[in-house]
Amino acid sequence: MSDYILQMKNISKTFPGVKALDNVQLEVKKGEVHALIGENGAGKSTLIKILAGIHQPDPGAEFYFEGKDAEIKKPIDATLKGVSIIYQDLSLFPNLSVAENIYIGRDSGKKAWKKVNWKNIKRISEKALKELEVDVDINTKVEQLSIAQQQLIEIARAMAFESKLIVMDEPTSSLSSSEVEKLYRVVDKLSAQGISIIFISHKLKELFRLSDRFTVLRDGKYVGSYDVDTIDEAKLVNLMVGREVTYEKNQSQVKTGEVIFEVRDFSKSGNFKDISFQLREGEVLGITGLVGAGRTELAQSIFGINKKDQGSLEIHGEPVDIRSSEDAVKKGVAYVPEARQTQGLVLDQSIINNISLPVIDKLNNKFKFIDRKIEVEMAQQYIKSLDVRPSLPELPASKLSGGNQQKVVIGKWLSAQPKILIIDEPTNGIDIGAKTEIHKLLRRLANEGIGVIMISSELPEVLAVSDRILVMRNGKISGEMDVNQATQEKIMNYALGGNGKQHESVVIEKEKVSQEV
Amino acid sequence: MKLSKESILGLIALGTFLFMALLAPGFLSSNNINSMMFQIPEFGLLAIAMMVVIVTGGIDLSITYIAALAGVGAALMLTNGFGIFPAIIMAILFALACGAFNGFIVSKIGVSPILVTLGTMVLFEGVILAITKGSSISGFPDAYSLIGNGYYLGLVPFSIVIFAIFAIITGLLLSKTSWGRRVYMYGSNEVATLYSGVKNSKVLMKVYLYAALLAAISAIIMTSRYNSVKVDLGSSYLLQSVAAAVLGGTNIHGGYGKVIGTIYAVFVFQFIRNGLNLLGFHSSLVDVVIGSILILVLTMNFFSDKFKKKQEQKNASQAA
Repeated sequence: MSDYILQMKNISKTFPGVKALDNVQLEVKKGEVHALIGENGAGKSTLIKILAGIHQPDPGAEFYFEGKDAEIKKPIDATLKGVSIIYQDLSLFPNLSVAENIYIGRDSGKKAWKKVNWKNIKRISEKALKELEVDVDINTKVEQLSIAQQQLIEIARAMAFESKLIVMDEPTSSLSSSEVEKLYRVVDKLSAQGISIIFISHKLKELFRLSDRFTVLRDGKYVGSYDVDTIDEAKLVNLMVGREVTYEKNQSQVKTGEVIFEVRDFSKSGNFKDISFQLREGEVLGITGLVGAGRTELAQSIFGINKKDQGSLEIHGEPVDIRSSEDAVKKGVAYVPEARQTQGLVLDQSIINNISLPVIDKLNNKFKFIDRKIEVEMAQQYIKSLDVRPSLPELPASKLSGGNQQKVVIGKWLSAQPKILIIDEPTNGIDIGAKTEIHKLLRRLANEGIGVIMISSELPEVLAVSDRILVMRNGKISGEMDVNQATQEKIMNYALGGNGKQHESVVIEKEKVSQEV
Repeated sequence: MKLSKESILGLIALGTFLFMALLAPGFLSSNNINSMMFQIPEFGLLAIAMMVVIVTGGIDLSITYIAALAGVGAALMLTNGFGIFPAIIMAILFALACGAFNGFIVSKIGVSPILVTLGTMVLFEGVILAITKGSSISGFPDAYSLIGNGYYLGLVPFSIVIFAIFAIITGLLLSKTSWGRRVYMYGSNEVATLYSGVKNSKVLMKVYLYAALLAAISAIIMTSRYNSVKVDLGSSYLLQSVAAAVLGGTNIHGGYGKVIGTIYAVFVFQFIRNGLNLLGFHSSLVDVVIGSILILVLTMNFFSDKFKKKQEQKNASQAA
């Protein structure tokens, strides 16, 4: 018998336009807690979805369960091999009872008209809950439970399935600290019983508390696997961030131009609190932090898509009130969203139609019809200046690669001639060559006088493009620095909130900035 | 050369016409052609109205009741001694009020169109019943009945001319104006339009208003032709108009749909229904045939889309 419950080798996955995984491997020993880590977009989720049978890997992938060759073609294959996955956004049925949720799926394959064995359901679910020391009535509807309880129900379900391998995707991200402790105990207990756990988290502390081994992914590539006692936090951060994709750090001088955009006291309960910052002419302001730190929510509130509780904006010294995306566009604020394919583009429509979308009613001729000639000229101008390939204006946006799609989204906003461009994860899912192009483009736009705010989780990118960097943590600005004082480690410290010194240093940085002004 | 969806359907419409001309006795008689020409406009207008709503990814199940209520509006004016123009205006106002109601709940409150219009369908029906007490209103002036029964230049029915005008207007609005563009963009991806500063609610509101306007025009033609109005005015066209829009190539999930496709589909339905009647088929059998054609076409569309997607994915992974 093999020591390994699971071995995945030569895993690659190509999505249209981007290679999400490139020859990755993952080996998990029996009874171990295995941490899978990497920055956002490193390929963790894709890897897990391949393990779950949701995505199919490119040809050449190998799977072994307990040393034996296996195939995973669809989700049920994974379940039958004893793999259970607890996703970040839980996959329970809120309107069914605890017992039904624990039992569901077990009957699949049986005849549909076979009587439901409620006694059996009761026995199995009660046993699983007892083992986890969860004090919940099995007849309660799941929607009435807290997130922490729901998570435990998912774990109970995995146990009822007699899973040998449980994957937990950021299980602690929405738990309180006492609930987190309880989850840790459950994880310890499961691994003591010989069940293997793959634990995905951004919280390094908790990974060191729980894990036996680490597998690090970076940009869809396998970096390595390490025993917990051969590695420390600093080294791990180093491995995650990597040296391979370092772009040249932005060498800009501190920008002392006029303040063109000011955000004051932006708050939205549960998302972000007391956010204030300024943007100077010619400056790219990078906003970074972990996923869930409130960056995207902040951007969407500035852009008017999300309501805010309070806060005010000033553009070129004039107060502006933005209550909808329509207002934002009128006032000269543009937002390139993170979800390019669902929020940024109308994929089925042509490049032209996408580029002209925000300004379409400004292209009318005297009959109130769209002046097609002007529209085509405008689109072609941006296709050319942004180097969109292939340069076929009538091509549906869905046919473009990720990098070119992003250029179309940027082109769409340039057509609206914005004063402020907020761009969220500008190079998410884009290959390296196109990334550098997008970076240059953002710098160019800043030099042309557009205020650029770039939200990014990718630290090399933040350092390469920004002039000034804000770090957010738990909805607040936890650090601010000029790029020439910034390092990845320093940013990570602010983002993770690892040490107690942070508050002090925030204050110092802020003073520095105000002195320079 | 590759033919568009619409041209293929146009050929199918032509084929059905020739087929029925060969098989059905009296299909080409002037009497029969005439009766088809009088039936096409009222159905065609409702089908185009439905198509516009479906392009946004919605549906308007209240459309025929909007038409009926508009007809009641016109009838009330006519039977109370007002002229034709006030009656027409009243029909349009009644319809626009209904459309605004639908549009408000769909666009501002955000309830899904199928639920909203299912509700307003019953609501408008109730309003009509309350006004008419369940009976029909009839006895309009002769001049009014000319709209639905008269001929332009003694050859083409007025109603066909009206239909053609509104078909052209709809085509221009959808393909040439910024509103039309936004309708398609919204129907393809309403999140992306929101993120592009488009005021979605305004686009949608206009869609429901415009559909209601077309329903009012259809109602004017129908009331004029029948010389009476009742609660079920045009109600048999409700699901047929959905069927015509979809057969005409309109994507039921939104984002695509053309006037010309819908018109061809209306022709196909009309030729088949009329031809089979002449051949002595029982009307229930006619429905079976039309239903089968619809399912056949939609299944074919589904598989051709699926095939296309697969092909694209293949190309993508080869390219990468």
